[in-house]
Amino acid sequence: MENLIAPLIAAPLLGAAVLLVGGRRLDRAGHWIGVVLSFVSFALGLVLFADLLGKGAGHRTLTQHLFSWIPVAGFQADVTFRLDQLSMTFVLLITGVGSLIHLYSVGYMAHDERRRRFFGYLNLFLAAMLLLVLADNYLLLYVGWEGVGLASYLLIGFWQHKPSAATAAKKAFLVNRVGDMGLSIAIMLMFTTFGSFAFGPVLGTHEEPGLVGDASEGRLTAIALMLLLAACGKSAQVPLQSWLGDAMEGPTPVSALIHAATMVTAGVYLIVRSGAIFNAAPDAQLAVTVVGAVTLLFGAIVGCAKDDIKKALAGSTMSQIGYMVLAAGLGPIGYVFAIMHLVTHGFFKAGLFLGAGSVMHGMNDEVDMRRYGGLRKYMPVTFITFGLGYLAIIGFPGLSGFFSKDKIIEAAFAKGGTEGWILGGAALLGAAITAFYMTRVMLMTFFGEERWRDAPTPSPAEPSVEPAAETGGEHTEPHPHESPKVMTIPMIVLAVGSVFGGAFFSIGDRFLNWLEPVTGHDHGDAPLSAGVITGATMVCLVVGVAIAWAQYGRKPVPAVAPRGSLLTRAARRDLLQDDFNHVVLVRGGEHLTRSLVYLDHSLVDGVVNGTAAGFGGLSGRLRRLQNGFARSYAVSMFGGAALLVAATLLMRAV
Amino acid sequence: MSFPLLTATAALPALGAVATAAVPAAQRTAAKWLALLVSLATLALAVTVLVRFDPDGERYQLTENHAWIRDFGVRYELGVDGIAVALVALTALLIPFIILAGWHDADPLETGSRRWRPTQGFFALILAVEAMVVISFEATDVFVFYIFFEAMLIPMYFLIGGFGDRAHAHGEETAATQRSYAAVKFLLYNLAGGLIMLAAVIGLYVVAGSFSLSEIADARANGTLHMATSTERWLFLGFFFAFAVKAPLWPLHTWLPNAMQEATAPVAVLITAVVDKVGTFAMLRFCLQLFPEASKWATPVVLVLAVISIIYGALLAVGQRDIKRLVAYASISHFGFIIMGVFAMTSQGQSGATLYMVNHGISTAALMLVAGFLISRRGSRLIADYGGVQKVAPVLAGTFLIGGLATLSLPGLAPFVSEFLVLVGTFTRYPVIGIIATFGIVLAALYTLVLYQRTMTGPVKPEVSAMPDLRAREVLVVAPLIVLLIFLGVYPKPVTNIVDPAVKQTLSDVHKKDPRPEVEAAK
Amino acid sequence: MNPVNYLYLAALLFTIGATGVLIRRNAIVVFMCVELMLNACNLAFVAFSRMHGNLDGQIIAFFTMVVAAAEVVVGLAIIVSLFRTRHSASVDDASLMKL
Repeated sequence: MENLIAPLIAAPLLGAAVLLVGGRRLDRAGHWIGVVLSFVSFALGLVLFADLLGKGAGHRTLTQHLFSWIPVAGFQADVTFRLDQLSMTFVLLITGVGSLIHLYSVGYMAHDERRRRFFGYLNLFLAAMLLLVLADNYLLLYVGWEGVGLASYLLIGFWQHKPSAATAAKKAFLVNRVGDMGLSIAIMLMFTTFGSFAFGPVLGTHEEPGLVGDASEGRLTAIALMLLLAACGKSAQVPLQSWLGDAMEGPTPVSALIHAATMVTAGVYLIVRSGAIFNAAPDAQLAVTVVGAVTLLFGAIVGCAKDDIKKALAGSTMSQIGYMVLAAGLGPIGYVFAIMHLVTHGFFKAGLFLGAGSVMHGMNDEVDMRRYGGLRKYMPVTFITFGLGYLAIIGFPGLSGFFSKDKIIEAAFAKGGTEGWILGGAALLGAAITAFYMTRVMLMTFFGEERWRDAPTPSPAEPSVEPAAETGGEHTEPHPHESPKVMTIPMIVLAVGSVFGGAFFSIGDRFLNWLEPVTGHDHGDAPLSAGVITGATMVCLVVGVAIAWAQYGRKPVPAVAPRGSLLTRAARRDLLQDDFNHVVLVRGGEHLTRSLVYLDHSLVDGVVNGTAAGFGGLSGRLRRLQNGFARSYAVSMFGGAALLVAATLLMRAV
Repeated sequence: MSFPLLTATAALPALGAVATAAVPAAQRTAAKWLALLVSLATLALAVTVLVRFDPDGERYQLTENHAWIRDFGVRYELGVDGIAVALVALTALLIPFIILAGWHDADPLETGSRRWRPTQGFFALILAVEAMVVISFEATDVFVFYIFFEAMLIPMYFLIGGFGDRAHAHGEETAATQRSYAAVKFLLYNLAGGLIMLAAVIGLYVVAGSFSLSEIADARANGTLHMATSTERWLFLGFFFAFAVKAPLWPLHTWLPNAMQEATAPVAVLITAVVDKVGTFAMLRFCLQLFPEASKWATPVVLVLAVISIIYGALLAVGQRDIKRLVAYASISHFGFIIMGVFAMTSQGQSGATLYMVNHGISTAALMLVAGFLISRRGSRLIADYGGVQKVAPVLAGTFLIGGLATLSLPGLAPFVSEFLVLVGTFTRYPVIGIIATFGIVLAALYTLVLYQRTMTGPVKPEVSAMPDLRAREVLVVAPLIVLLIFLGVYPKPVTNIVDPAVKQTLSDVHKKDPRPEVEAAK
Repeated sequence: MNPVNYLYLAALLFTIGATGVLIRRNAIVVFMCVELMLNACNLAFVAFSRMHGNLDGQIIAFFTMVVAAAEVVVGLAIIVSLFRTRHSASVDDASLMKL
């Protein structure tokens, strides 16, 4: 059965190769190749899942050794795959949501002349992401890790002719590279500490602890912090979060798949996978929870201020991943819930993004929510699926977000001590803000008056995110319409997932029992009872919705954004992080490189050229002796002869 | 006596060079085909060497040993170990691509300039360089090595000074001036290094009474040859200086950007992917084997210089406006990695460094040759003159991107394996230097992606709107290189298998062992 | 007569010739002075030949005469053509070849 793991990755990889190398011949049917191979991968995943379910809870690990990759003395990296409950969960999420989004993209990208290439990149992404979660050692994981970064780079910059898209793509790759640096240092540290970086020997299993137990806490903390840096990059956590908002320049299916449901959660996977290391490094765990808590508030605040529907959702993604990271930082109390929230989030956030894409599709690719309004009449399916996703994300009782988020808030309190109160409080506050900004998105898009009728032509300085459907820059009044079936069906499936997923996982602790053998679980001691916390969460939810209603439901939404408070303005600019980056990193870097270029020319090269010029000058001086007067030459000849004679005589005399 | 395979590998391109040069002036195409066929035959010979080489056998194989200048004990002594085999194969592999990529670079201009570009000369010089590089890799006699190490400067000088990019922003006159400046600079730098090395070579003969690498190394190992510490250090410095210029190591690097900028792209590849490798190779073979103690003594300084090269080269690459200069500075950064790996004195570091030499050769060739195709289309080397090429020439842009991704060491492509090995190898012994070097990977992403963004993406500039995509000949050049990059990235074992035993030998020469993992050491 | 006196005479003639070469500008005079120096050498050679009792010095003197004759031919030709083109026989005016 384990021989099916490699084909699972190979199917989308083959698709990518065929689509990217195949050339224009495949332009007409290429996208279906991509869709089919993605579904093949999903089917293989289901087969493997059934196989795992058939085994006892303790034996649900399959490994497949392909070949020895880098064998150099003590450094042994193999291409080996490992499928256990944790990676299985990811495989199903990636291939399942991935296949749906492939299908959706067939409709969404129907008019793009480079659709074949788009599907090639999507397949490449699937392959890399599967490699990431199926790798049996950190170095192979690193290959997938950078592979998804590459796919993300290619897809964000898919509309390369727009400078903003190209810049966003580059930014995403660069910020991720900073995180990748953390991962590579972590691997090097593991190698020097343990002599290995494979999951088995380092992390150990439930029965026998790995090499982690033998290492000093300082070393483990260093490794864990480097892993955290990596996770921050990939999962857009503070301080490496700045790329995610810009990444919305990519086509919307990309935002749904890569920048909401799967790739950005890789950081959470990394932390949960490396649980054994984090468990032994409490200081690093604290850092993880702090990063998570800060990000969940940061993302939520940014999400409140954005008028661009995709950027609002991006802020929300950041914030929700903050929840997951927070949970993962809590240790065994939170690992399972982090992954559970990750899966439910995969459903509802992908659904929300696809809904946003559907709205944009019907609105001439307009992204400004202030030019939406009252769309529920025109796009009923989109409205209902988006609405269900909305209810799920704010944690409406009974829907999936309710179960997963509530558990994380409980776990945060269960951390105990002052930390527990602070973290739990942050999580609660985050829930209130989530309710606020999601209600705002909902109201501005689907309710209220129709603000797109008298929409002013967008100024050229602010080109809309999506290319204006090749209308040649002319902006016509949109005629909102429902999207084709190939787009709505994936949305409906995801909506079903976001409604029932949480309940399905939670009833009978199904998800907990499934994952516990890998991640371990601990109940912690909550200072408050579960009921009290749920109640508090509900209060936060109601407050958030109510404020949003007061601001955007009762009053009409102005078509042009008001100036807003200082915080709003800062939040619109991503809380000034980009400005900071620009001033410190970009400007500073420019000055540094420019002065180095100057120094290289004037100093390093100058020394050499100076030596050359010195010799040139010297010979110039010596040249003057050749003054052209034959008689002066004669003098020097006589002088020379006299010297020779004198020297000879002198030598004789001596 | 068996067939002298190693001599043949070097002699064939040398004879080919003479034959190519002798082709009548009117038969340009014949000269090109002749050169290509000779390079392919050399490749076949190199593959034979590769096949006949037994990684687990003796250290030097396929040896040839004849007396040459008896009075000075100079012997014509050839032999290859795993490292040399890999590099001979790399050289023989790249030359056909270089010839093919430069197919039209030396065609006489139809109109305008009166400069006569001797096509025959161009291809003959390339083959001559190949012959000399190959024999430098094979020589196990210091004197023989020195002769060819120096002699290859002559054809390189003419290749840089005589053949430039067809179109130049400031007209042909300025171009010729800058070209000769670059060529003279190249020559002077390398001659200076070579002269100092000559002094060291003579010094070595005075001390050791022999030029034979294996004799000296054996004598040193079994204690019959004692060298005073200061003597050894001076001799080491003499050798190292020459190799550091050739490699090039900061701050001896400034000839490389000029040379690569002014030379045509295939010649630039010849410089950085082939000729410079002799420098790093010689560090591994001569510095470490002949002067193990001095090498250890110099390690801290060399490592610091190497890490400066890495960061400095990358930062300067970010600030460049000229595509070829950018690639040159990127190469300086990569040579820093190679030298760091050599002097980290761990098996990962040195295997990584050897692998890096091979992979860097291939990846730079891919990137630089595509850059050359791009430049020949637009007639400008300036990044700012491009934009939106992706839209009009997607295959060109795609191959350029893959070359760039290889340069930034994306996992899955060959350079990643070597770069990571070098980093790990350095980190196990010198963690701080390893971490600083890791910043290089972020900077590599920066300069590569900025280059790609500025040239390939964005709105299509009017000047590039009619740019044709890659032609069949050009695809034929790039595609095999890309396939190799992917293959060696996924399955580098064939190379590591050959290289590893040689590295183990080198490490035992310097009496170094890999550090043990902390957990094991604690037990 | 003591042959050494011939050597003194040769030295005197040589010095006069050398001084002439150095201080005179007229090419013809400089040329004559060069001849004077050559002949001073010849005188010295012959004197040495007499002193040492062998013929080597006399043979060399003949050689010198031949060389001097050839030199006169070439030298005068140069001077004449120089005078024709530049209307001057001053050696200081002939400085075109300097850098």
